Amino acid sequence: MGAEVFDRIETRLADGEGEGQVLAPAGVSHGILVLDLAPGAVAGAARALKEEFAFDVFLDVTAVDWPGQDPRFEVVWHFYSTAHKVRVRLKARVAEASPAVPSLTPLYGSAGFMERECHDMYGIVFEGNADLRPILLYEGFVGHPLRKDYPKEREQPLVPYREGFEERG
Amino acid sequence: MASNPRIANPVRSAFAPGERDDTVVVSIGPSHPATHGTIQIFAEMDGERILRADVHCGYLHRGFEKECESHTWHNCIPYMDRLNYCSPLINDFAYCDAVERMMGIEITRRAVVLRTLLSEYSRLTDHITCIAASLMELGAMTAFLYMVMIRDYMYEHIAALTGARVTHSYGRIGGLAHDLPPGWLARLEEILVQSDEFVGRVHGLVDRNRIFIDRMRDVGVLSQADALSYGYTGPMLRSTGLAIDVRKDTPYLAYPELDFEVPVGIKGDNYDRYYVRMREMDESVHMIRQCVDLLEDGPINVDDRRCTFPEKPLVYGEIESLINHFKLVMEGPRVPAGEIYVAHEGANGELGFYLVSTGEGVPYKVHCRAPSFVHMGGAHIMLEGYQLADLVPTFGSINMIGGECDR
Amino acid sequence: MTMDRRVIPIEPAGATARSAAFEYISTRKDELVGWARKFSIFPYPFVTACCAMEFMAVSSTPYDTDRFGAALPRFSPRQSDLLMVVGTVTHKQAPILLKVYEQMCEPKWVMAFGVCATSGGFYQNYAAVPGIDRIVPVDIYIPGCPPRPETVIDGIMKLQEKIAREKHPILTKDF
Repeated sequence: MGAEVFDRIETRLADGEGEGQVLAPAGVSHGILVLDLAPGAVAGAARALKEEFAFDVFLDVTAVDWPGQDPRFEVVWHFYSTAHKVRVRLKARVAEASPAVPSLTPLYGSAGFMERECHDMYGIVFEGNADLRPILLYEGFVGHPLRKDYPKEREQPLVPYREGFEERG
Repeated sequence: MASNPRIANPVRSAFAPGERDDTVVVSIGPSHPATHGTIQIFAEMDGERILRADVHCGYLHRGFEKECESHTWHNCIPYMDRLNYCSPLINDFAYCDAVERMMGIEITRRAVVLRTLLSEYSRLTDHITCIAASLMELGAMTAFLYMVMIRDYMYEHIAALTGARVTHSYGRIGGLAHDLPPGWLARLEEILVQSDEFVGRVHGLVDRNRIFIDRMRDVGVLSQADALSYGYTGPMLRSTGLAIDVRKDTPYLAYPELDFEVPVGIKGDNYDRYYVRMREMDESVHMIRQCVDLLEDGPINVDDRRCTFPEKPLVYGEIESLINHFKLVMEGPRVPAGEIYVAHEGANGELGFYLVSTGEGVPYKVHCRAPSFVHMGGAHIMLEGYQLADLVPTFGSINMIGGECDR
Repeated sequence: MTMDRRVIPIEPAGATARSAAFEYISTRKDELVGWARKFSIFPYPFVTACCAMEFMAVSSTPYDTDRFGAALPRFSPRQSDLLMVVGTVTHKQAPILLKVYEQMCEPKWVMAFGVCATSGGFYQNYAAVPGIDRIVPVDIYIPGCPPRPETVIDGIMKLQEKIAREKHPILTKDF
């Protein structure tokens, strides 16, 4: 049953209206359908998944940083359908200069917090999410720690250390 | 909050105090007994009623993902325990399962059954902790003491197996750290019998208690539509009436062979969440007993040199095993390049691991899809419109675990 | 065979008998104050992470901090005297820790419960404070990840000894 709904999704999204859709042939990776999209097509694809294919649970959005490559960031979304009991992964590449993707907050309430986390950690801007305050980091934190060029031990203390202790850079 | 000018304010609230002059903004947490650690809730109050709630997490963000990127695949396992530290084995096994699938390894039959057994055992400790803490916050100290006593027996019992009471680090890529000590299964049965008895006592204390029902029934109601929209899974989603469980829908380990039911609630309020967790504890005990029957003798670790350490006599005896051991320790098991998302049923819901590998012994990315974090995104729905005192049982029934929420 | 008996003066040379009595009374007073304080510790459980599990275990049966007088947690810093920092303190949480510490009244002691509070544990990165002694002065460090309840009790007993040893001079250089 999983394979059958995957075929329907592929067909539907391959000839969807609008900007360039599926960039690479869809594959099934360890039981999950993976679709590579252009960033502008993600909102339309997510809407199609939710409304036509009953992907009612938005599981996760995160990003992967490929510093040597251009576009640098790969934003990854996971969806789950309680009816079909399958998961789908959408991926989109964005460049470092303008790391913007559409926000899924109009479709799913859970997108709010998860997009804030992705923004904190990687600097991905979710257009349409009005609230991109830091969630895991704090006000005044400069930089995006999960990017590969952020040194792991560079700390930005909010409270100055007592005498005799030094900050790690 | 920043009354002392040299102490900076770490968060910015969504609404400023003084916006409306008929409401008061109260900051609950982040050091607060009822917020189970480190959650801050800015509640705009009209008298006793919460009009708007702005939930802030992240006070326990410990940089788990960044740490994992500089440790080998094996060395990441202790970090997994500390995600949902009430049910550490579930996290261990979910991560190990993800890595094993990427490597194309199938673990042995004994490891499959033992992992299932221990996952359910961990689920028991998690539900016990949740119920104990939320009952204590309502004032039912006796129930807390009963539950913590049985949890202590379980901790000591698991310590006899894994070496640690709380953060076990027992899963290994390819199986488990070591096999059961003698007498472990006999003691397990004793503990399960006592657990049934203690859970029965707690039922007797609170189930039909007028005060408990008044405080929990119709409080913190979550509708099915909201639950799905805000990404709720696990006992919270099941309390709204939807029987969705990763163990049944996309089964893994030995769950296809086990006979268990998935308890659901009716209204999605605090009472339902409490009752769903209590029933899940019964189901877990039933599953553990079935696993004990399914357990056969055999090896614990798959005989695969890519991830399993060779036996010590071989390491000291032959050069190939020595080099194998050296490489596994220093460089880590080489996982083929690619990515994977694997979801297990954590005690709070769908616990997913999204791993990205570039073929090295060190992961490129380890992302944990934490149910508690997603649940915090929708927590304001269950808090708004209710009284401040209702925040305590509602928050307790969400079972937010800080390590998992903030990672 | 005779043994030399060295006479050890109980008062410094040149002191009078009255100052020796004063020394004796003030020592006994210190012991009394120390005894009262060490057996009536009101902890503020500043709970953050996994160590909370062991904190819950050590507060309940069979380990029971009530035996040491340290059972009643006070969730207001104004009413407590032992700040038990249980679990990792991150940089985001550090201002809150400092604020709670400053709100407590003297006498106050700080316990670093677990390796994360002691040194950052194995979270040596941008997020976790590598030991709360960078922010507040710590009186006792309890190692363990998380520490076994017996370790915690050992730590509480050592802290009690420290509290009992404290001196409470009436006549200080300012008076």
